[in-house]
Order: sequence, then structure tokens, then C-alpha cells
Amino acid sequence: MEILVCVKRVPDPAENEIEIKSDGSDIERDDLVYSVNEWDNYAVEEAIQIKDKVGGSVTVVTVGDEESDEVLRREMAMGADKGIHINDEALEETDGLGVAKALKAVVEKGNYDLILTGAQADDGAAQVGGMLAALLDLPYASLVNYIEIVDENTLKIGREIEGGNQEINEIKLPCVLSIQTGINEPRYVGIRGIRKVAGVEIPEMELSDLGLSEDEVAPRVKRLDYFIPEMGEGAEILEGDMEEIAEKLVELLKAKGGIK
Amino acid sequence: MSREIFAYIEHHDGVLDDSALELINAAKKIDESANVVALVFGSGDNLNKACEEAAKTYNTVWKIDKPDLSYPNAELIRPMLVNILPKGSVCLVPHDTFGIDLAPGLSVKMDVPYIPDVVGIDKVEGDKIIAIRQEYSGQVHTHVETDMANGIVITIRPGSFEPDESKSASGEIVDKSADAGDVEAKRKFIEIKEAEAGEVDITQADILVSVGRGIGEQENIELAEELAEALGGVVSCSRPVVDAKWLDHSRQVGTSGKTVKPKVYIAVGISGAFQHVAGIKGNPFIVAINTNPKAPIFQVADVGVVEDCIEFLPVLTEKVKEMK
Repeated sequence: MEILVCVKRVPDPAENEIEIKSDGSDIERDDLVYSVNEWDNYAVEEAIQIKDKVGGSVTVVTVGDEESDEVLRREMAMGADKGIHINDEALEETDGLGVAKALKAVVEKGNYDLILTGAQADDGAAQVGGMLAALLDLPYASLVNYIEIVDENTLKIGREIEGGNQEINEIKLPCVLSIQTGINEPRYVGIRGIRKVAGVEIPEMELSDLGLSEDEVAPRVKRLDYFIPEMGEGAEILEGDMEEIAEKLVELLKAKGGIK
Repeated sequence: MSREIFAYIEHHDGVLDDSALELINAAKKIDESANVVALVFGSGDNLNKACEEAAKTYNTVWKIDKPDLSYPNAELIRPMLVNILPKGSVCLVPHDTFGIDLAPGLSVKMDVPYIPDVVGIDKVEGDKIIAIRQEYSGQVHTHVETDMANGIVITIRPGSFEPDESKSASGEIVDKSADAGDVEAKRKFIEIKEAEAGEVDITQADILVSVGRGIGEQENIELAEELAEALGGVVSCSRPVVDAKWLDHSRQVGTSGKTVKPKVYIAVGISGAFQHVAGIKGNPFIVAINTNPKAPIFQVADVGVVEDCIEFLPVLTEKVKEMK
């Protein structure tokens, strides 16, 4: 099976507190630790596991600046065979639809049976997979947490729905699936693995290579600013050293029925 | 001319989802004078029940009755919506596991802009709409702007708008099944697999010590267990802890886990993403312990402790034992 996985380099949620620049134009990016979007990492692991079962290849693609090269290499160190890097200034300010259009062009240059994305990324929009499927006229399922190969044309998939229940579907290939975290256990990638792929050539493409114009990827939906809303009252923050805080907290818990 | 706004109504076997009463207020925020039309898909008696219920809130209800819609398959509903929605429609859909499935592709097929997971409408000036979203799991908010002259698809985060409980409408139910057309999908719904019950039922607990990503590693969960034991409560968790397989899925609180209603909820190293907070009901006393003073959890908590939970938990557990 030929599988394409769309990945994105994002600030690592486990490593960062997100702060906003004083003019609200962007988040403070100077000291951020970046990594591959968590959902995408599960998608790549799933693709590799499918390849290990039925053969084929796994290609990872990203839309992003120079630095995005590192996440492609990381996913190749996991076991992806090829990387494709779409890097064009005109895409820096684009929206989800612009990214989906660029990915569509990549899909059409290949011959993929299965296209995976993460269910969502740092902006929480959860949109690119669904848009890509619609642009390609392919069947789509979101929030996929289980994949079983039925035959060469069909997958049985589980979607994670409310309450932790699972919605089982059959879907025809080729298709686009957005992958939910927890579907597998992504393998660990060591420094040695990353060194191994350090020299691998990763083709870079610009909009013109994809047959797209700047107008076609101009954002329809524009982010105007970042802001922190006027906070409500919020929590009463307990002050003091840890002993004092713990003492105050125990008193409160006692009063609220928090100790049996 | 006032705008036509459509609200996608979710129902479960004829019972309306909470979002059904919230979308009308989101619509009114976009255009006070809009005619808001409820879109209700399904089949048979359950659908009729849902339509009658929706008609108590919406002046117009479009009913789409198809035998293969007894379960809502977004891949079937999307092309039907394209068939029935007039040009220039504003279409509102709940941002949940169904909306995420349906809406992005719908905007592409209708060739209109898409704003996902909206938590507020800032302003509307003519065809320009400025909506409010969140990024980085609620750590920051953003204003986003687009032009809805040709229509728009917006998903609305559940719980972001007040429900309209007035039931003041006696709406007209219009059967649009024929206009929706006969469509086929390459994705077929098979069945629902119910989540397995775990050894501990967190939904029945009065005291929950809930751990998140901030607990750092699996071994540290013991610290939470020790506190829970001292308090007479049990340990629950947020999603990353289950993804890492540190705790069983039956312990997860949130939209994709369990809905809990304890008296006291102690959130340990949990940032407070809306999917998690949505699983905490019954207005418990919430304590948040987190190193990041800006974590969204402090907005919903009653009391906050800005400390590293790994250092603070043992101190707290000792104090509980000492003072109880």
C-alpha cells in the first residue's frame, strides 16, 4: 500500500507555556521547543505498521519553512521511506484550505492508496484532512482510532466518538483518514536514528512546482491577532510555602467534603 | 434582506443534543433578525420526534428522512446538504465528533469559507464576520475574519453559547427529503462499540484526584494514588495519560471519556482543555495544581496551587494524614 502522511512542525505542548507578543501579532516564538504535531506522529506510526503488514511505502509531506525539514527527518528515522517538503513564502500566511490545496497537488503527483493526517494540530481546527478529501473527491473519516485491512479496496475503521465509544465503518480505498491519538504506541526515535537519515535528500517544492498560484492559496480566513481574554474571577491562588499551602488546602477540602 | 442561517440539529434516537438549543443563540449573535432554519436528518419515528422537539425552538424545521440515515453518516449528509442549502447560506454545525467529520469538506463542496471551533462572535459588519477561536488547547484566543457574502460554514464549540430554553416557537416542519436527493457514500456505518467498563467507576466517585500530562511519568501516578487513598477518593485522568497507556481508558474524564459529577475534583498537572473540562459536571469544588499560572484550568478552578505537582503531592498527602 502506498501511504502519504501529512505532518506539521508545531510548538511542543509538553514543553512550552505559550505567551503572546505585546502587540498581539504572534505568539512569542523565540524560546519555543518545536516537535512534530502529536497527532501526526501517531499517523506516521500507523502508516509504518500497515506497511510492515502488507508492504508498500510511506511518504511524509509537510508544508512549512526551512526548519520543518527536521520533522520530516524525525519521521523518516521512525521508518517513513520518503519525505516531501513544500516550502514557499506565500504559504506562510495561508489558511487550512491553502494547506489542503498544496497537499492535493502533492497527492496528484503520486499514486497513493491511503492518505493520513493528524486529527488536529496546534490551532485545534481539525480541518485539513476533511478539506483535502473533499478537494480530491475521496471518502473521508475523522478521529480514526482503529484501522484493519479488509481487502485491497476496503478498510474497516473505528472513529472515536463521544463517551469513548467507537463508531465502526467500512471505507473504500483510496481514502483520507484523520488519526486520533492513542491509536497505537509511536516508536521511540533516538539520536542515532536521526543521524542515519541526516544525509538523505528531501525534495523541496514551491507553489510553482505544484502548479499553484499565490492567489489560489491566499487565505480566505485571516487570523487578526492573538489575545488573552479578560479573565473572569478564576481560581483563588493559595500563597505561601508548600507546607502552608497544603495546610490551607486541607482545611478547604475538609469544608467541602473532600476528605472521607 | 435578512440572512438565512441554518443550524444542524444533532439528535440521538429522537432526543435533541444540548447543542440544538445553543446554535440558535449563536445564529442570533450573527444576525438578530435572521430566519434560523433547523436542519434535521434521520429516519422514521425518531426523526419525527426530533423535528417536533426542534420546532419548539426554531420557526422553520427542514426534515430530511432517509432510511440509511438512522445513523448519521457525514459522508451521506454532506452531499445532501450541498443539494438543499441555498446559495449564500450561513451553516452552523456543532464542533463535536460529527461536526469535525462533516464540516470541513462541506465548506469545500459549497466553495465557502470555514471557521472551525468558534467560541464567540465578536462582530458582524455587512458581510464581514469576526469570530473568536482558541489555539494551543485554550492557552490563547484569536480573532479570525472572513467574508460571508457567498455563505459560510461555522462549527460552534458546545457550551460556548447559552441554550435557548424558552421553547417559544411553534415551527413549521418542511419535508425536504426529495430535494436532498439520493446519494451514495464510499463509507458505510457498521456499528457502535460501547466503551468497556473499567475496574473502577470514576462516575460514581465523590472525590477525584485527576492526573494530566504534568504528572511527567507513569511512576509518578503513585503520588496521586497515595493522595486519593488518604482522601478516600479515586484517581482519574485526562487524555494524554491514557494515550501514553499509563492508565486505562475507563479512568479518562472528558468528551471522549467519562462524564463525572464528584463533590471535589483535584486536577493535577492538567492544563484544562475544553474537551477535558466538558466532562466535569455537577459544579464540584475544583482544585488545580499546575506549574503554569496561565493554564486554562485555573479559570474553571475554585482554588489554585502554582507548584510542581510532583513536589507538592507528597506534602499535601502528609498534611491530609496529619490533619484529618
